[in-house]
Amino acid sequence: MKKDKKILAKGVEAIVFGALEAECKCYFGYPITPQNDIPELMSRELPKRGGVFLQAESELAAINMILGACATGARAMTSSSSPGISLMCESFSYLAALEFPAVVVNVMRGGPGLGGIETSQGDYFQATKGSGHGDFRFLVLAPSNAQEAYELTAKAFELAEKYRNPVMVLLDAILGQMKEPLVLKKLKIKKYPPETWALTGAKGRNSRFFRSLFLDAEELKQHNLKLMKKYQSMQKEIRYEAKIEEGDMVLVVAFGSMARLANEAIEDLRNKGYQVGYFRPITLYPFPYKPLKEIVTQAKKPLKILVPEQNCGQMVEDVKLAVEGKAEVISLPYPPSVVPFPEDLKKEIKKCLNLSKSRKV
Amino acid sequence: MRLELIIAGFGGQGVLFTGNLIAQASMLADYHVTYLPVYGPEMRGGTCNCTVVISKKTIASPLVLNPSFLIILNLPSFLKFLPRLKNKGKAIINSDLVKPEEIDNLEVLQKKHKLYFVPVNSLAESLGKPMLANICALGAFYKISKIFSKQNFEEALKYMLGESKAHLIEPNLKAFELGSKYIEEHYQIR
Amino acid sequence: MSKPFQVPKSLKKNPFHYCPGCQHGVAHRLVCEVIDELGIQDKSLAISSIGCSVFLYFYIDVDMTEAPHGRACAAATGAKRARPDLMVFTYQGDGDFAAIGFNESFQAAARGEKITSIMINNNIYGMTGGQASPTTLPGQKTTTTPAGRDPETFGYPPKIAEILATLEGVAYSARVALNSPKRIVEAKKAIKNAFLAQIKNLGFGFVEILSTCPINWKMDPVSAVKAVDKVIEYFPLGIFKDKVTPFLKNLK
Repeated sequence: MKKDKKILAKGVEAIVFGALEAECKCYFGYPITPQNDIPELMSRELPKRGGVFLQAESELAAINMILGACATGARAMTSSSSPGISLMCESFSYLAALEFPAVVVNVMRGGPGLGGIETSQGDYFQATKGSGHGDFRFLVLAPSNAQEAYELTAKAFELAEKYRNPVMVLLDAILGQMKEPLVLKKLKIKKYPPETWALTGAKGRNSRFFRSLFLDAEELKQHNLKLMKKYQSMQKEIRYEAKIEEGDMVLVVAFGSMARLANEAIEDLRNKGYQVGYFRPITLYPFPYKPLKEIVTQAKKPLKILVPEQNCGQMVEDVKLAVEGKAEVISLPYPPSVVPFPEDLKKEIKKCLNLSKSRKV
Repeated sequence: MRLELIIAGFGGQGVLFTGNLIAQASMLADYHVTYLPVYGPEMRGGTCNCTVVISKKTIASPLVLNPSFLIILNLPSFLKFLPRLKNKGKAIINSDLVKPEEIDNLEVLQKKHKLYFVPVNSLAESLGKPMLANICALGAFYKISKIFSKQNFEEALKYMLGESKAHLIEPNLKAFELGSKYIEEHYQIR
Repeated sequence: MSKPFQVPKSLKKNPFHYCPGCQHGVAHRLVCEVIDELGIQDKSLAISSIGCSVFLYFYIDVDMTEAPHGRACAAATGAKRARPDLMVFTYQGDGDFAAIGFNESFQAAARGEKITSIMINNNIYGMTGGQASPTTLPGQKTTTTPAGRDPETFGYPPKIAEILATLEGVAYSARVALNSPKRIVEAKKAIKNAFLAQIKNLGFGFVEILSTCPINWKMDPVSAVKAVDKVIEYFPLGIFKDKVTPFLKNLK
């Protein structure tokens, strides 16, 4: 068997290769740092494969080009960074309402406003709590290394089609810009034939239309209930990674690049005999509430939960919802541009452990 | 085996290219690697650095507070990063821009760390290619770290330069040799 | 014996929801007649916009999706790029096309997207209750220009058909009206050419249709139709760009 090609790739490059592996056909985007490698690489790679690359005049246009392309059932993707994503939020609401399978990549940078171009996880709320108007949800995937960025981006196209719902791949600038080995594995990405639903020209069938306007109250209610049911059914897509041992006294919950720093810290502490666990949500929506709650309720000793994030404390709210008051949850906010070293996290974890011990006595 | 490397110098000294090349060559030698550039405003004119972690095991954090290895190409980077070097850590220092005789506490530092002073600018100039000082430093790194083979380096170099810059392979290999030879001649490597 | 006058095949049998005297119905019918004559009903993809014509999908029997307010030309671009074999058109009002969505409209036209855009210009925001639109005439009273549009404070209405005609990517640009049978016949010709610009791969096809809004103009339907002549004084009818006719001539 031929060995899969291994390359050294940035997270953003891994995303492009993942999209190409899923046979993404259209890319529309507008330049913004720190994700420009995505449109640049797409502009070289997509035309070679008979795909479409177009640099839009704005993020507003880009996301609506996606809307048009998705309406025809084509696999289409856009990417941007925080301020550009904000511009797209209106159309996210439409994409969800119209049930179009778009894939959106956000390589987060610091905010609010123009913020900075340093790494950040400041768009957690935006990604998971709606972003646009009305009741809708994105399925949000948060990789923490290049390989995962590749595989999850490819998977995003399948999930988008499976649920006919927009899917976001959310990563921070560290993951986007760092390089690590990436194995360009062949992936099995399921296809859902667009002929059954998309706008392909009404040949030999009745014409179809998609709308999000329901002036009739009952119709609007039914539309919302239908969407709500769909979001509930997405619960089976929950993904997470956990390293838990009996007797752990502190659990660190983190996602994206922060999870890597946390992982390094807890591995080191475990080697030194400390009882520390680790939990990384991979789907941010649906958030792994249930698995996290189970960890807390099944713990032999009372757990303290530390939530380091590259923002001022956002995911911590979901962690609190998950544990339902059964564990103390401590937020460790690192505002944009301030990235802790694993050593800093170790100090915080130790502080937490000492507090646990003293309480026991 | 695990090595945490920070490479630092002026923007334009090829800091990021060097880091990328080391990561690429180490990957070819079957190591896990991460390469994290510091990008953005720091790129333009000021100091520039990148972090490369090389390990036999999976690497969690690409960020390193206390590296075990440094490649220092200018004085501001020496002042910024040497205090962060681990005990018994190693550093390749561009002795054209950081003169050993001008370092106040040289003896103290040499007790704590293993310092390799390599005049990479002069070496590159002797080739008539002053731009290749970074590759001279990379040659020195190869000799000291023994992570990847010369073949790994050559393959990585060809990959990174691509076809359009294939004519640069030869001078790069020469610069690499010079750096490597300098270590061989001036330092004892076990 | 052939029937001289029929309901177009691509016009759905739903009664229009439009107000008495509104000319959307006439414009819809013309678009459908053109679709039928060109035989493109089963390969069309329409983008409906936000405004009174948002319900386009209840009337025109082709594959269709809504786009957010102003973004119809961007959505059409995406659809056409993904499926160049489809005939993609937008149907927008003057607010959608020329105010909130002007950049998307302008850029798609400048790129020479092979799409067709129909802009209904009734000089007002009809659906939201008669506020001033970009093409509200100087002196025209609306709910947000109660003393009449004063160009000193509200600026001048842009002449979209002429503006687009200056763009290299535009293959056809015309302004037509629907307030006389002759003009209706001309309007249909213009719509057909705007579609042919796409079918023949020549570039962006555009028609600006001057239309009425009796309710918000505060007129009865007959006076509104007559009032369009006043509108024409500011917005002259004409074909401002036509690469289609010479192209078809050369084919012969």
